[in-house]
Amino acid sequence: MRGGWKAGVARAAGAASRLAGRGGTSLPGKVALRLDPHAIRTLSSGLQRTAVISATNGKTTTAAMVAAILDRGSARLVTNSAGANMAGGIAAALLAGEGDTGLFEVDEFWLDRVVPELEPGALLLANLFRDQLDRYGELESIADRWAGVVARAAGTTLVLNADDPLVADLGRDRPDAVYFGVEDTAMAMPGLQHAADSTHCRRCGAPYVYDAVFLGHQGHYHCPTGDARRPAPAIAATEIVLDGVRGARFTLRTPEGDAPVALPLPGLYNVYNALAAAALARALGAPLADVAAGLQAVAAAFGRAETVRVGARDLSIMLVKNPAGANEVLRTLALEDGEHDLLAVLNDRVADGRDVSWVWDADFELLAGRVRRATCSGTRAAEMALRLKYAGVPAGRIAVEEDLAAALDRALGDAPDTRPAAPPAPLFALPTYTAMLALREELVRRGAAGSSFG
Amino acid sequence: MAERPVLRVCALYPDLMNIYADRGNLLLLERRCAWRGLGFRLTGAGIGDAVDPDAHDLFYLGGGQDRDQVLCAHDLVEHKSAALHAAAARGAAILAVCGGYQLLGRSYELADQTIPGIGLLDLTTVRHEGPRLIGNVAIEVELPGLEGPRVLAGFENHAGRTELGARERPLGRVLRGHGNTGRSGAEGARRGHVVGTYLHGPLLPKNAWFADWLTATALGLDLPLDPLDDALEDAAHRSARRAAGV
Repeated sequence: MRGGWKAGVARAAGAASRLAGRGGTSLPGKVALRLDPHAIRTLSSGLQRTAVISATNGKTTTAAMVAAILDRGSARLVTNSAGANMAGGIAAALLAGEGDTGLFEVDEFWLDRVVPELEPGALLLANLFRDQLDRYGELESIADRWAGVVARAAGTTLVLNADDPLVADLGRDRPDAVYFGVEDTAMAMPGLQHAADSTHCRRCGAPYVYDAVFLGHQGHYHCPTGDARRPAPAIAATEIVLDGVRGARFTLRTPEGDAPVALPLPGLYNVYNALAAAALARALGAPLADVAAGLQAVAAAFGRAETVRVGARDLSIMLVKNPAGANEVLRTLALEDGEHDLLAVLNDRVADGRDVSWVWDADFELLAGRVRRATCSGTRAAEMALRLKYAGVPAGRIAVEEDLAAALDRALGDAPDTRPAAPPAPLFALPTYTAMLALREELVRRGAAGSSFG
Repeated sequence: MAERPVLRVCALYPDLMNIYADRGNLLLLERRCAWRGLGFRLTGAGIGDAVDPDAHDLFYLGGGQDRDQVLCAHDLVEHKSAALHAAAARGAAILAVCGGYQLLGRSYELADQTIPGIGLLDLTTVRHEGPRLIGNVAIEVELPGLEGPRVLAGFENHAGRTELGARERPLGRVLRGHGNTGRSGAEGARRGHVVGTYLHGPLLPKNAWFADWLTATALGLDLPLDPLDDALEDAAHRSARRAAGV
């Protein structure tokens, strides 16, 4: 029992809340912070080392990868793996956990409040994309906040994405920063995607020149005026092979040597998550063998490329919440042959962003000609359906069913005719955040998925 | 046989002023033209590019991040203002959303600088210290060529408060949401074929009927245009209105 009487009160509040059936993932943390505004500092003081992860996309998956790596050593992790990543969730994880190593994903907006309290030994900043403008505001303002965090964390090892110009620039005055990036130009796209942000130099405003674009605005870039250039990454992926929705293979290049990695998670975006995790785990002292083995053993995080069996069909859940993330999911789906069945669930609750305009920035055009049936659900089901129609999916293949349980039945029941011996094609669910939680709850209720809330 | 009309659209700063999925507005215009057998031609005009006032029927200007908006404001005044005034004078349609709307006015005052506008509409915008005006919004509008009032639904997210000059008329009356200042009950501004509004979301997918009004206005066609199967468009419109509480 750590943290004294205040922590005890907070734990009791959490227990009472759970008994009352009200979830309570972060409630004890909120109570602890009310009793002691520095509860995170107090509770984390006993940890031997702490690492913090922030990014627009991939926080939860990257944290799961780092945990899978560190689990191979002797570390005992204290982590907010349920994804409650604001101050209350972190304090709650500290209250609930016993261990020597803290591993926390932190909401990009909360980083400047949480990092000074945790004083982490390593800070991973993985990417910044346009996301929920009604909640987070403009990208530049988040970058400015992060620059402030970095300036006040002089004793922290920075782990940064070399390929994201906005993030890489945070290490400009930090010669000890560790960079990761993709070194396989065969992965380059023909050009910047529509939703690309930060395409202009943060120093002088000139448009960056890209030799290769890998994902959103991530790639090999330099400023034509010569004041910014992609740093050389110490941790890199080469010889990347994307294997549809099943996984990806690459060679992990590190200063300690190379290792082949067969990642059980799909898409280039998960290769980036793996590089970020490898760089952070290495900064925490993990040996290369553990890094490679941990990455190969990682399981899909909650609702992130997680596949469950519902009756006779596989249902693969791929969270989409902003244009850059959605584009990577759509690109990965497009790697699969044939026409797909989709269950697209668009909610506009606060945690999703009330503003659903982002679906028009995502490249659903990648699926034009590739959709057999799209069932659209959620509080803004009709807007989702309209987006697909204007992306080139024939209106006759699009169904609107706001109620999620009914939409799930409809999407599952309408399976394509296949040879008797072949399993029915999977259904791909593309839910926003609260829609993902609701979908998982519905699947748990039907006995198809395990509860990650324990 | 009459020549097929072509909607010639000029998108201003499509790489910088596109923050609220402005692409969706252009996509609505393009597809609906194609489905009706109308031509569609899109031209982008970026920083430093000259604009031919007679080569386009509709000009579109979206919103951007603060820094990008400042860059574009100075370029707009220097390189494009005269052309846009000339285009408006000959009856071309202009749709400006959010940051673009602010730039059609006289100026936008921030704490540490004043961003110039091109003065196509008589309005001024001031950055407010208070909270941003964010949320679903619905307004009632009356437009030439359409009988009775109609509803436009969308989403707004702006720190600026926009005051209209004495001669300037709003685009519509706020039913739900904040509008130009959060207090005046006025939203946007319209003078003839020049329309400015804070409604994104994007605006045209949520209001396909307004996309048709713009197309007809820009091309000088009579309303209504040939009917399309708008079942999903109508459902999205209802859903956006419902989100705003109308």
